Amino acid sequence: MYTLVNRLIANMETIIREGTPKTPYVRLDGENGLVEIKGRSIPENSVEFYKPIIDWLEKFGETPSNETGVNIQLEYFNTSSSKCILDIFKRLELIHKKGNPVEINWYYEEDDEDMFEAGEDYQSIINIPFKMIEMEE
Amino acid sequence: MGFELKNWYSEKKQGEVVLEYNGSITSELITEALDSIEKSLNLKNEKNRVRKKVYNVFVECLQNLYHHVDYPPLTAPVEHQSNFGIIILSKDGTFYRISTGNFVKKEKLNYIKDRIDQVNSLSDEEVRMLYRDILSNEEFSDKGGGGLGMLDIVRKTGNKLEYYFYQFDDEYIFFSLDVYIS
Repeated sequence: MYTLVNRLIANMETIIREGTPKTPYVRLDGENGLVEIKGRSIPENSVEFYKPIIDWLEKFGETPSNETGVNIQLEYFNTSSSKCILDIFKRLELIHKKGNPVEINWYYEEDDEDMFEAGEDYQSIINIPFKMIEMEE
Repeated sequence: MGFELKNWYSEKKQGEVVLEYNGSITSELITEALDSIEKSLNLKNEKNRVRKKVYNVFVECLQNLYHHVDYPPLTAPVEHQSNFGIIILSKDGTFYRISTGNFVKKEKLNYIKDRIDQVNSLSDEEVRMLYRDILSNEEFSDKGGGGLGMLDIVRKTGNKLEYYFYQFDDEYIFFSLDVYIS
């Protein structure tokens, strides 16, 4: 069983997507238990953009790493992305509940009250520890 | 007498115009328009907080148009293109104003009006609570918005939405929306 689990983890493909003017940089690294989303997220069709990420997390959730670190460092995002970001957190919440701890680092620039509040919104909905990290400009 | 688009334009262009566009609201146009306002010196010189708010609300306004606009009426004094909408971003004194305009069928008037009146009637705290409620509870359409757009604009700007409906002809209304960011 142990070897089988290891093999499955090793088979989790690492996905890296470079950022574009409307979509964020994304890194999904199963081996190191790392999920990173950085930049801006303002696509017209967010569902289409986020579907492969949600699918990956669903698969990752079957055999997650012992611990998962999540770094969300968004410049800003549109309302159409907000639900997709929540879906990501919901997937992560399932992993966390199963006993494989997940920690979310929510980054925001020091005077960016909107991004801080957005972090609070998710924190109020999702049962995973959030670390709010202020960045200097 | 009737609605004059050029009068509407001159009213919305008071101050320094950062960007104005009228025509098809496409995904490419939104990318270009954002790129263009990012290059504006007015905005570059703003505090980070204001600059990001303007970008964010500007995109939300444009995408709101993108998801809802239609062909203008044949007799309208504009190019007859699909997904027709107008957007103007100007700096007027200490405010940035984002104005959008588009033609809508008369029967949609009450729906739009009710939505905006509802959002405008809420306190800051109620806006925040309703936003969280919709985010966590409601299914989104494929378009993704799920009614959060207007709420998000009011929340980020802290200002009420100003709207006007101008009768264009028997079938159409010109819907004008102003958003202020300070």
